[in-house]
Amino acid sequence: MGINERQQQIIDEFSAMSDWEDRYKRIIEYGRDIAPMDEQHKTDKNKVKGCQSTVWLHAERKGDAVEYQGDSDAMIVRGLIALLLKVYSGATPGEIIATPPSFVDATGLAGHLSQTRANGLAAMVKQIKMYAAVFQAMQKSGQ
Amino acid sequence: MDATRTFDVQKLRADFPILSRTVHGKPLVYLDNGASAQKPRAVIDAIRNVYEHEYSNVHRAAHELSAACTEKFEQARRTVQRFLNAPEDREVIFVRGTTEGINLVAQTFGRANIGQGDEIVITAMEHHSNIVPWQMLCEEKGAKLRVAPMDDTGTLIFDEYVKLVNDRTKLVGVVHVSNALGTVNPVKRMAEAAHKVGAVILVDGAQAAPHMRIDVQELGVDFYAFSGHKAFGPTGIGALWGRAELLEAMPPWQGGGEMIKTVKFEKTTYAAIPHKFEAGTPNIADTIGLAAGLEYLMEIGLDNMEAYEHELLEYATTQVSAIEGVRVIGTAQNKAGVISFVLDGIHAADAGMILDEQGIAVRVGQHCAEPVMDFFKIPATVRASFAFYNTREEVDALVKGIHKVKELFA
Repeated sequence: MGINERQQQIIDEFSAMSDWEDRYKRIIEYGRDIAPMDEQHKTDKNKVKGCQSTVWLHAERKGDAVEYQGDSDAMIVRGLIALLLKVYSGATPGEIIATPPSFVDATGLAGHLSQTRANGLAAMVKQIKMYAAVFQAMQKSGQ
Repeated sequence: MDATRTFDVQKLRADFPILSRTVHGKPLVYLDNGASAQKPRAVIDAIRNVYEHEYSNVHRAAHELSAACTEKFEQARRTVQRFLNAPEDREVIFVRGTTEGINLVAQTFGRANIGQGDEIVITAMEHHSNIVPWQMLCEEKGAKLRVAPMDDTGTLIFDEYVKLVNDRTKLVGVVHVSNALGTVNPVKRMAEAAHKVGAVILVDGAQAAPHMRIDVQELGVDFYAFSGHKAFGPTGIGALWGRAELLEAMPPWQGGGEMIKTVKFEKTTYAAIPHKFEAGTPNIADTIGLAAGLEYLMEIGLDNMEAYEHELLEYATTQVSAIEGVRVIGTAQNKAGVISFVLDGIHAADAGMILDEQGIAVRVGQHCAEPVMDFFKIPATVRASFAFYNTREEVDALVKGIHKVKELFA
């Protein structure tokens, strides 16, 4: 499944829910089910600035693709990271840079999620794209 | 008599236009007053009135408008004087807020009087704005910052404070009401101990001014700073009160117009207080707005307000503490305005988001008091902070909201 299909899947899932409580419950479930992050990657260097909770993001190159790991001590934010990882992890740097996180609006929680100071969503997306940009530059320079 | 029944909170709520709005389709329950309080129509109207009918620069009167605006501006100073029961109006300096007031004292009194080996004493529950200015000063001067400890209820350990104050102590900085815990500090007794060793005492009154009657003479302190915006006034304006003889002896801080007597390239002489500390055109409209807010509070009666809020806080504390899995952080005997709490297994940020979804505005995080969070070994708290316009029904909404948080994370 490509990056756009993965994103569409999330949009479809959340669009089907009409109640804010259901949407939050689903995000919390995503948070609980997130792939565990290697403890060794929970470093200060991997901390995303601008979040009320602690957020770590780590990226590695796997062939042409970028694989991300992430975690947070707050559950809703961890759910958001899980969704971001579902969309972006495994995609190529070019795809990552070209794809906006449009699923966020579809979750119906955009009002909250766009409050960058509250949960740092914008900061997380920026960090994800920055890793991709660095890997892209490395690929271009043949590293 | 039961103050919550005699105090006409519904009538007062009607004075605050914003309190009737909804958030996410639900009635706004505004419990973030510690961060900033809402504004009564009296303040909004006063600011509008200045710009529509009275506005001009002050203290430069060659014309009627300026003379009238200056009079109003100086009247605002006398309002602050009354609000603090300060001996003289010239002891009131308008600043941007508490933070600027503290920095002013650090940069003038502090730089002139605190040197190598001297000590500054603060408490373990200070807001960053009553820590960092002193750290900066200590770094510059080679002075030492000492911290009076608190116990696990968030109460200052008074005996330890007294032990810390000695003949090297030049200044004591203390928060009147802790923003993170709600603790009311024994400022009067602290001032007596400070004065015994010849130190001055500065009080951060940011969280006290919105909740209680303040009497700087009764407290016996030397400097008192507060912010307008937390006391139902405009943002960007506050006041620093200082004893006249201290202010007169202090060097000026910012240089510019208004603060001078004569300017020659060889030598400039400075204006008398308070103008010595008010360089440049002041925040005229907001100063007048600040006074309108304080007049409004004094009209309600600070003692009435305090009595009502005291009962409201007791009610809220009982209700919130009774929820299983809730731990209240800060359980001092004498508290005002704030309930900080943590929820078992639920991050404060998560709780804040779910409360917001229900129209309940709280603050989550460290509340600019990182050392307080470190002391209690918690990353963050949820803080519900009250004002006199909050009601028991709003406390009930908060309790219901917390139950919803627990349900979603169960």
